[in-house]
Amino acid sequence: MNIISQVTDSAPKYIIYDFGILTSRIHEWLSSMMNTTWTSVVEMVLIGVVFLSFYALVGLILVYAERKVCAFIQCRLGPMRVGPWGIFQTIADFIKLLMKELLITRNADKFLFNVAPFIVIIASFLAIGTIPFAKGIQALDFNVGVLYLMSVSSLGVLGILLAGWASNNKYSLIGAMRSGAQIVSYELSVGLALMVVVIFAGSMQFSEIVQSQATGWWIWKGHIPVIIAFVIFMIASTAETNRGPFDLAEAESELTAGFHTEYSGIKFAFFFLAEYMNMFIIASIAATVFFGGWMPLHFGNFAAFNHAMDYIPPFVWFFSKTMFVIFLMMWFKWTFPRLRIDQLLTLEWKYLLPINLVNVVLAAFIVLMGWYLI
Amino acid sequence: MIEAITGIKDSEQEYFINMGPQHPSTHGVLRLVVNLEGEIVKSLVPHCGYIHRGIEKMCEKDTYQQVIHLTDRLDYLSAHINNEAVCLLVENALEVEVSDRIKYIRTIMAELNRIASHQLWWAAFGMDMGALTTFFYGLRDREYILNIFEQTTGGRLLQSYNRPGGLMNDIHPDFVKKIKEFIVHFRKKLPEYDELLTGNVIFHNRTRNIGTLTRENAINYGVTGPSGRASNFACDVRKKYPYSAYDKVDFKEILFTEGDSLARYQVRVAEMWESMKILEQLVDGIPEGPFMMKMKPVIKLPVGEYYQRVEAARGEFGVYVISTGEKNPYRVKFRSPGLANLSTLNHLSPNVKIADLVAIMGSLDLVIPDIDR
Amino acid sequence: MTNEQLKETIEKKFDKATFDEFKGMLNVTVKPEDIHQLLDYLKNENGLKFDFLFSLTGVDWSDSIGIIYHLESVELKHVIAVKCKPESRENPIIPSVTDLWAGAEMHEDEAYDLFGINFTNHPNLRRLMMDEHWNGHPMRKDYVDKINIIDLG
Repeated sequence: MNIISQVTDSAPKYIIYDFGILTSRIHEWLSSMMNTTWTSVVEMVLIGVVFLSFYALVGLILVYAERKVCAFIQCRLGPMRVGPWGIFQTIADFIKLLMKELLITRNADKFLFNVAPFIVIIASFLAIGTIPFAKGIQALDFNVGVLYLMSVSSLGVLGILLAGWASNNKYSLIGAMRSGAQIVSYELSVGLALMVVVIFAGSMQFSEIVQSQATGWWIWKGHIPVIIAFVIFMIASTAETNRGPFDLAEAESELTAGFHTEYSGIKFAFFFLAEYMNMFIIASIAATVFFGGWMPLHFGNFAAFNHAMDYIPPFVWFFSKTMFVIFLMMWFKWTFPRLRIDQLLTLEWKYLLPINLVNVVLAAFIVLMGWYLI
Repeated sequence: MIEAITGIKDSEQEYFINMGPQHPSTHGVLRLVVNLEGEIVKSLVPHCGYIHRGIEKMCEKDTYQQVIHLTDRLDYLSAHINNEAVCLLVENALEVEVSDRIKYIRTIMAELNRIASHQLWWAAFGMDMGALTTFFYGLRDREYILNIFEQTTGGRLLQSYNRPGGLMNDIHPDFVKKIKEFIVHFRKKLPEYDELLTGNVIFHNRTRNIGTLTRENAINYGVTGPSGRASNFACDVRKKYPYSAYDKVDFKEILFTEGDSLARYQVRVAEMWESMKILEQLVDGIPEGPFMMKMKPVIKLPVGEYYQRVEAARGEFGVYVISTGEKNPYRVKFRSPGLANLSTLNHLSPNVKIADLVAIMGSLDLVIPDIDR
Repeated sequence: MTNEQLKETIEKKFDKATFDEFKGMLNVTVKPEDIHQLLDYLKNENGLKFDFLFSLTGVDWSDSIGIIYHLESVELKHVIAVKCKPESRENPIIPSVTDLWAGAEMHEDEAYDLFGINFTNHPNLRRLMMDEHWNGHPMRKDYVDKINIIDLG
């Protein structure tokens, strides 16, 4: 522990864009107008509104991005008609989905059927609070951030299971059961892969993890174990979001649409949006933990270089890293064939999990010996 | 085991699921009633007839020229080859010897059709396996062939280019040039297919040892075409009973011994290479001659029974005609490769997962209008 | 084996069978009593080995309704057509060959559906193309379609 705290203490502090100042000013201003309880209420509402609009915005952008990336990979143009380069296509789609009829199968469990999309979307909404977008821009920054994220992100499967069960459709049920088995398994790998970086950073707090990368991102400071952890994290998290080669829960060619076969209109859109938001959350966690989050590109003690990099705003760093990871995930999805359910579980329990366990021990050993860079 | 714990019998765990008539992986309106235990297929009953149009019955009222257009609608992906079967049958019955030019053009068209069919199959098979990009790769290259068809025959999917005694019209002046361009293009693009799908480890694990059909069973079920040849059943009619210009070209009959879905895949990819070889041998030497032989306007076959076999993209396509000497056939039977290939599905599917069932179905390359007729 | 030899070989065993040859294809016609035995013989006899049933066709000959089996030997490369003509036109009964060729099952289903030929010993005889409750067998020559107003003739 000593080594780590020394590293963070001695890390050069070139933070130019500190949004903590802005947020604390707002907090002071609100405190001066009302008592503490009301201040927190107003702040919560404010943050909620900001995140909600951010959520919708990112959803729209990601759907558009996916279409364009997929079109690029498939030698075509993608949406081109609505607006220049089709940038308003997702908005048009959203309006279409809003206006569609909401169908419920006759023998469906109506309450669970209706509540399922909300559970999925709330789970992803809860997780977004812990992500540090820049210094000072983070809704929930507590000392067990990683644990919180893990527990919250696994709530989404509940919604999927309910959706599959309540639809009263065998395809949906198979999809939901697949999804359950898949997420329960891959949760382990995601957690253990994150644990490697937690060992290096010595903290579970996201802001601390970012701060610990001021002298270089973990992906090369932590070399071998972190690279292994990153690869495993990418595989496992893609599986956890039901995407790419692991989209067994939806498996279009096998189960028509899996767990959301019976959903239409805006309820379907919720599932759709939640999928993209989960992708965004996973990508931003990967960016934060392995690529330094909003932390600019820093090399050890090259002060001049590091300082020059600091002028690029943290939002740019954060979103470009996140988008890079998202692009990777889209790349998987549009290139690989789908796995079969038994192969999927074999991959996790027979390969990823043992590798991960060894990797955690390796990481602990390397930290103990101080064999990592700087 | 479950019984010991909960008192529930294994058979009570089974449930039925309807795959189709509207399902993405049945490629049409085939309905499979699948008996499942969890994810594992226990048994399956195919229900056909959702696109049964009674083509054989319609043929009984049509003249032989009209029958051609109905054969297009059987296996629409090898429409030209189906046309050819009827034309060859009529020509053999009337003992008309067609010119070499007709034979060459028919063979070239048939091979183009085979490549186009395999391209679409490759595209759709990748999509069945969840690799969605293959669909666009396959269709991108198929477009070249469809343009060639359109230029000469006026039809892209269904050509109806053959006539008893020849062809509808002569080839377009650019025909040869376009085919050469296509071969140059496709020789570059076919390795991309391998890069995207063939070498993929997930794809290998999904198809290897899935739906293994032995040679004995392939013959027993009458599985022909690439699916049969993947089981080492040498059933290529082009080799066995050469028709049109197939006796003039040198090509290999692709045979694999494994008989699994991967072998069926590999046979088709290899066949695309072979078909290009055939095209290259023929395209430069299309001889001069008439494109239509002199035929009577009303064709009446002598009394008797005729059977003509050709190699369509999915297997052996046969036409059986009973003639009573009238201008229309008394009975027409189309031996569709699809129905025989479908009949193995029940044999191959027990104790595989749903995902494997999709892989097996995809690798058998079923075209439903061909099965239902 | 040439058609002559085939004819001789089969004639030895089945004296009731009638033969004719047309366009190089040997046709053997037998009664339903002999058909299964004959096909069994054709498939399993060493010199014949007709192991590939490439077509199974139901035919309405006006006076009778029957089946034509087209057989090929993969190894010996000869073909033969076997016809089976039952006596009764209204209710033709033919033994199933699914025990010899597993692939015949769906073809026989089709013949049952469209011609109304009843196959004995068939594992699951059902209508393949038409609806389960369909009346009549559409490929029969005397079938009148009352619903479809378009007369193809």
